[in-house]
Amino acid sequence: MLFKTRNFDAAPVALSAEALTVNLPDTPGVPQVLKGIDVTIRQGETVCLVGESGSGKSVTSLAVMGLLPEALKVAGGKILLQGQNLLPLSQAQMRELRAARVAMIFQEPMTALNPVLRVGDQIMEVMELHTRLSAAERRRRAIDIMEQVHLPDVPRIFRSYPHQLSGGQRQRIMIAMALVLEPVLLIADEPTTALDVTTQKQILLLIDELQQKHGTAVLFITHDMGVVAEIADTVCVMKHGEIVEHGPVEQILRHPKADYTRKLLASVPSLAPRDPRAETQDIVLRVSKLNKIYGGGGIFRKLPQAHAAKDVSFSLTRGRTLGIVGESGSGKSTVARCIMRLIDPTSGRIELDGTDIATLSRGGLKPHRKRLQVVFQDPMRSLNPRWTIAQSLIEGPLNYGTPRREAMAEAARLMGVVGLPEDSLRRYPHQFSGGQRQRIAIARAVMMRPDVLVADEAVSALDVSVQAQVLELLDQLQRDLGIAIVFITHDLRVAAQICDEVIVMQRGEVVEHGPAGEVLAHPAHPYTRALIEAAPGRDWDFQNFRSMSESQDAHPA
Amino acid sequence: MIGYILRRILAVIPVMLLVAVFVFALLRLTPGDPAAIIAGDMATPAQLERIREAMGLNQPLHVQFVTWVGQLLRGDLGTSLISNTPVTSMIGARIGPTLSIAVLTILMSVALAVPMGVIAAWKHRSGADYTVMAFSVLGFSVPVFVIGYVFILIFSLKLGWFPVQGFTPISRGIGPFLYNAFLPALTLTTIYVALIARMTRANMLEVLGEDYIRTARAKGAPERTVLFRHALKNAAVPILTVIGTGFALLIGGVVVTETVFNIPGIGRLTVDAILARDYPVIQAMILLTSFLYVLVNLVIDLSYTFFDPRIRY
Repeated sequence: MLFKTRNFDAAPVALSAEALTVNLPDTPGVPQVLKGIDVTIRQGETVCLVGESGSGKSVTSLAVMGLLPEALKVAGGKILLQGQNLLPLSQAQMRELRAARVAMIFQEPMTALNPVLRVGDQIMEVMELHTRLSAAERRRRAIDIMEQVHLPDVPRIFRSYPHQLSGGQRQRIMIAMALVLEPVLLIADEPTTALDVTTQKQILLLIDELQQKHGTAVLFITHDMGVVAEIADTVCVMKHGEIVEHGPVEQILRHPKADYTRKLLASVPSLAPRDPRAETQDIVLRVSKLNKIYGGGGIFRKLPQAHAAKDVSFSLTRGRTLGIVGESGSGKSTVARCIMRLIDPTSGRIELDGTDIATLSRGGLKPHRKRLQVVFQDPMRSLNPRWTIAQSLIEGPLNYGTPRREAMAEAARLMGVVGLPEDSLRRYPHQFSGGQRQRIAIARAVMMRPDVLVADEAVSALDVSVQAQVLELLDQLQRDLGIAIVFITHDLRVAAQICDEVIVMQRGEVVEHGPAGEVLAHPAHPYTRALIEAAPGRDWDFQNFRSMSESQDAHPA
Repeated sequence: MIGYILRRILAVIPVMLLVAVFVFALLRLTPGDPAAIIAGDMATPAQLERIREAMGLNQPLHVQFVTWVGQLLRGDLGTSLISNTPVTSMIGARIGPTLSIAVLTILMSVALAVPMGVIAAWKHRSGADYTVMAFSVLGFSVPVFVIGYVFILIFSLKLGWFPVQGFTPISRGIGPFLYNAFLPALTLTTIYVALIARMTRANMLEVLGEDYIRTARAKGAPERTVLFRHALKNAAVPILTVIGTGFALLIGGVVVTETVFNIPGIGRLTVDAILARDYPVIQAMILLTSFLYVLVNLVIDLSYTFFDPRIRY
């Protein structure tokens, strides 16, 4: 069975939003944030709200919780929880209802828990606020729910602080906190987006399990079509504050009616690797036996060591893309930073066009810096907010002695190449969207005419449709300029679409290395297999609105 | 943790040694011969030489230094050139008023400033916020002697609630002590309230934007719980730093306030010693103040662990 096909027509309605309208009363001239949306969630049902950033999905959830930011106001409609309209309720009445009847879990388990309180106390606080249970009973129920979310060594974790737990464990704590009072409705706002795929899979299974056990209605907000395919009963596709299409999951994925839904599905990168490009012989970057060990210093005592990269070796030829794939803590970013010499490797060689740069001094490194450029994950923070785009773009070339006029001319040309108007040069980063900023960041890197471009999770913070465009841009630049790219990602779909070769890293070690098609289609290492199996919606070919097996029948290999 | 405390205490030794070298050098480098000051204007060269010999000033510098440090280690801070009394007993007589007023000031400041800062951050950009901020700017900008005299004018002369000046030690009872110490402490409090309230507000504003505050609200926590249980503890570390530094400054002596209210404290002792070039007293005061700073910093650093479990030594 590919999708959930449960029927909820007979189940009582847990929540329904009717013609819900939210606007920004103090900012005239901007469109409404929610334009009269209707959503119905029945008991035991999972409704997925999907859409790109700015579509209003989080606003919908916060409106239900009564936690809208001050600037936003509900302008019309109804929010009915088991038939009771929540909008006329007072603050105190809403407080009583939160966590008791409607609970919410958030995207970032790293920041959603209070860092200075023990997690056991944070779970018990929910009961302190809403029940008259005795301390012993609160404790018993907290431990019980912690066992239900399958936390290991519950007595220890009960006394732990959030920073002592992994991301997956923290999200389990959040779920435990949300479900301890058995609410009617659970709102999950991108609860697995910040987690590794294998952890994501476990959390999705957990939500599913607890939902069935307690009959909770779940409103699941996500931008990830893979996750939708895994867990949704019903899907609502949102765009600019409207629901453009809704229906059972299979209907939406197989027969999307709205153009926007089709476009959204078509931008989901396929797990099937693209055709490899021609091999070249000209090696620009060769890394051999690279090691990075953190810690071990300390004046009074020896600090514990962490071997972040162990004997990593690979080579990259001109015009090709090498993907470094792995989960958090696998050492992929450490390798990238060593190559860039943003950190110093403990041992090993990094040869850039034949010169070993691993041990060069700051001064000795300078002539080589321009040949290695980087694009970071977060375009919101990688451009100086007080500098115009022109200033950011020409800074590098000016440092290497290019005349200002020449640098400006090149910056203007590159704006065209990355698909932005030329007057963008006079503007500031905050005037651009995330995707546009990432294009600017790429233009900034290309200004230096590098041989190697390191892209560290460069598309991970972007919506899928924007992601597809940025990947397309990288591909085009590579074809035009012959740049070699080291592409670091945790996302196998993205890796499949851009990489010629892939290395898979786990705990600092390369566990598999080979052509992208080979590694993704026939993974040899159990860890690679586990990664691929955990990729949500891997049985569905989103772009062609059919299952993978149907696709294979259509195009027999 | 205990290892860390021991290491920090051991680290005090090189710091204090550096301060000692600095103080020693400072007095040897400044113009003016201590012997000449003691001897007075009418002394003959022979008298001067005798005094130098008695004070050990004609020995090589390193010998003088070792002798002086040896005295320090025995708890001997020397004898005042002016009053001829041991410096330790001079400081002992003056530290009580300074310390008791410092403690009272910090207690009053924290009790007022922390709630003010929390409310200002909670009601960000409201009348309450602007009032607190205006008070902060005012408390910080008006010179302390102006505040002191205005308070005397209002509370002592017009209302007659408090004496104009003077000091009664705590040992004579808490009531008489407060009767004298309240106005000077209140004067100092205006500055420290301004400082701590600002710091509290800034840090609370930052913390209130964090995800876990949203989580707390999503749990149905009332605002009081959100502010004081979830937010304040997270905002505590920088606030503590300001409070600690403020306390160290207060102990170092508050000359103006002590002068305005005629309190026999450390601040006036230091100023008098500087004006009279009473070197042993100046030396002792610099040493004592630096030692207090190091000590207060250690206490602040250790108190961080109480508020933030992520900080481990």
